[in-house]
Amino acid sequence: MSDTHAQTVSFVRETMIEASPPPEKQAGAVKWLRENLFSGPVNTALTLLAILAIWFLINHFWNWVAHSVWNANSLNECRQIIRDTWGEGSTGACWAVIRERWNQYTFGFYPMDLYWRPTMSFGLLFVALAPVLFSESRKIRRIVLAVAAVVTLASMIQLNAPTPWLIFAAIVLIGGLIISERNNSWLLVFSLLYPFLGVWWLWGGSLWGPIMVIVGPVLGYIAWKLLGRISPILASVGMIGVTLFWWLALAGRAARDAENILSLAITPVNSDRFGGFLLSTTIGIAAIAISLPLGIVLALARRSDMFLVKSLAVMFIEFIRGVPLITLLFVASLLLNYFLPPGTNFDIILRVIIMVTIFAAAYMAEVIRGGLAALPKGQYEAADALGLDYWKAQRLIILPQALKISIPGIVSTFIGMFKDTTLVTFVGLYDPLKSMSDAVRASTAWKGIYWEPYIFVGAIFFIICFGMSRYSMYLERRLQRDHR
Amino acid sequence: MNKSLFLGTVAAVTLTAGMGMADTLAEVKARGELNCGVNTGLAGFAAPDASGNWTGFDVAICKAVAAAVLGDPAKVKYVPTTGQTRFTALASGEVDVLARNSTWTFSRDTDLKLDFVGVNYFDGQGFMVSKDLGVTSAKELDGATVCIQTGTTTELNLADFFQANNMSYQPVNIDSNAEGEQQYMAGACDAYTTDASGLAATRAAFADPENHIILPEIISKEPLGPAVRHGDSNWGDIVRWTLYALIAAEEYGITSKNLEELAKSSQNPEVQRLLGTTDDLGAMIGLDKEWARRAIAASGNYGEIFAANIGEQTPIGLARGLNAQWTQGGLQYAMPFR
Repeated sequence: MSDTHAQTVSFVRETMIEASPPPEKQAGAVKWLRENLFSGPVNTALTLLAILAIWFLINHFWNWVAHSVWNANSLNECRQIIRDTWGEGSTGACWAVIRERWNQYTFGFYPMDLYWRPTMSFGLLFVALAPVLFSESRKIRRIVLAVAAVVTLASMIQLNAPTPWLIFAAIVLIGGLIISERNNSWLLVFSLLYPFLGVWWLWGGSLWGPIMVIVGPVLGYIAWKLLGRISPILASVGMIGVTLFWWLALAGRAARDAENILSLAITPVNSDRFGGFLLSTTIGIAAIAISLPLGIVLALARRSDMFLVKSLAVMFIEFIRGVPLITLLFVASLLLNYFLPPGTNFDIILRVIIMVTIFAAAYMAEVIRGGLAALPKGQYEAADALGLDYWKAQRLIILPQALKISIPGIVSTFIGMFKDTTLVTFVGLYDPLKSMSDAVRASTAWKGIYWEPYIFVGAIFFIICFGMSRYSMYLERRLQRDHR
Repeated sequence: MNKSLFLGTVAAVTLTAGMGMADTLAEVKARGELNCGVNTGLAGFAAPDASGNWTGFDVAICKAVAAAVLGDPAKVKYVPTTGQTRFTALASGEVDVLARNSTWTFSRDTDLKLDFVGVNYFDGQGFMVSKDLGVTSAKELDGATVCIQTGTTTELNLADFFQANNMSYQPVNIDSNAEGEQQYMAGACDAYTTDASGLAATRAAFADPENHIILPEIISKEPLGPAVRHGDSNWGDIVRWTLYALIAAEEYGITSKNLEELAKSSQNPEVQRLLGTTDDLGAMIGLDKEWARRAIAASGNYGEIFAANIGEQTPIGLARGLNAQWTQGGLQYAMPFR
């Protein structure tokens, strides 16, 4: 072959021509701009409009933001400082209100010397959550727990927490870190206990109350085991019966007697002292934690073949979804009182949590039902072919896939619900957005302040909701099993 | 909450019938705490401070009643109520007394089954406008845009006033006082209307109060007072006469400072009766002899409460006006203690 060309071609280039740079219009920032912002007349016009809008916003609000005052004791003082510094007639933001009332926005009217208790509960929440949320990654768990440990302990010292509790928190946090390195599933024991401990830390009172509540299901389990030998139906009835009987009739008295024998009480804090983000997160976390399992059960019930179960689930879901949340909150706060005997103290926060939970659960059920419906029929048939019973099929084959599909929907329900916790303002609870801001404005020092509290609370809500959304994206990536 | 939840639902039917007959005094004493419905936050009238302690003109009523009934002004559980929940909260038994700047009207007294026990503040609806508008009377507001809080008596009064004067207006609906201030300052409305006490407080908080005027017309009567449930007259009497005790104390010159001294030394028979030195008025309403003395000691007499919370020395800066004693040309008039 080479011979044929040896005579006809006089020159053969032996090296490659060096790649010349792309034309200027086709490279770097210019290319990006051309492709993304100015690709056509419509796009160009829209870009220019957007720039105009941004410029307008900055122009409008820049002075206000730039003239921020952080140190003042009242709105008038703020105005005075702004006038003195930037001249007559200039406007500025008065963040001093946040600086002075941040504790109210965070803890509501929780006793000041007990601030460390919600702080500790919040810190230890991460020990309870880490094994659930980050069960697949030891590295992320390590980071989360280490940060939680440092921040929690530092804040507790700052808030003058008593030494025994400080040691307790340190043991749990560092112990959690060590256990999570070795065997993550052991930490789940703490996750299961946390709801009871959290309630005890937040509301105070005797530890025997939560203990006696836990005893209920334990007794129910024993009854189930004992009766299970006779008949399965009797066992189920017995289990529920024993648990309810214990809770309604005996638990209260047992807790009181136990308290008399060995006191495990810490200073009680009433529900009306809760407010601000403490209230929002308490309601939000409780409702999130309960509404997910409840939603799964409802979704399964709605797809069940059993007529009664199915129609009850449909009625519940459709009724709750058809009613605005505010209506449910009004029912919880006002209507329930008509039905309870006078003097019954049915905690208002508990009532609100129940209502928010069932509201979220109804939405959750529909989201998960969507996931269940998206699974190909083959998956159900495969589970049957393997000889799995209903619960095993759901647990091992159906739900893991259905829940994975539903993650974006589930998290967006959570986010919506967390933001809905501000609606408790309508039943006289101090949510951070409106009630707390109104209370702050009602003091003569801060009367007339308007945007700053809204912006502050909005920013905190954004951080929390954005965090949830990022977590859901992380989880989706983590659980991606298809090989694209 | 641990017990009788189930029984409660069963007994619900009988209860709704029995609610009106309930003995509130006995309930409060058994509970050891007075549930007092207050505003979630209204400058001068009721507001929690940074550590959650409630203060204000309405709050003082709660404290006085708690002092009279339970002997301790601190034994009050403040239940913040919104404009929407206040009357239901009272009717459902969530609160024992509602001291929440609520206007005493015919339909509220009768149809809503409340009992207003008296008037602790005579208010009236006014208008605030910017000086630049060049208006000096509410009659010149024809065609104006007016910021108005929805769901209140002021909304209805506004419509009545403009209709009666053959004028038109454009309402700008707002939800709260803070929003009203903001809309008004932003120029969304020419005039802002609400109770005159609220206008004064709002104006005082402006950066430039001198540029805004409150028009002289008061277009409505807004007698604000504490309310109790219909049907428990004895409880109503207790709250009513506690209020009268505060007003009478000012009339007779009894203050929180000279209270003990007067109880021992006063020769005025009315003062002696009021403070329980002679006669036992308390027994007639199911309380002890010194109930009124404790009520006055809680936060002072009516005049002291007024001065401390909303008076001219405070940033709210309200003059006594209609709320002066009847002897001073006002409307506050306590019925005789005899």
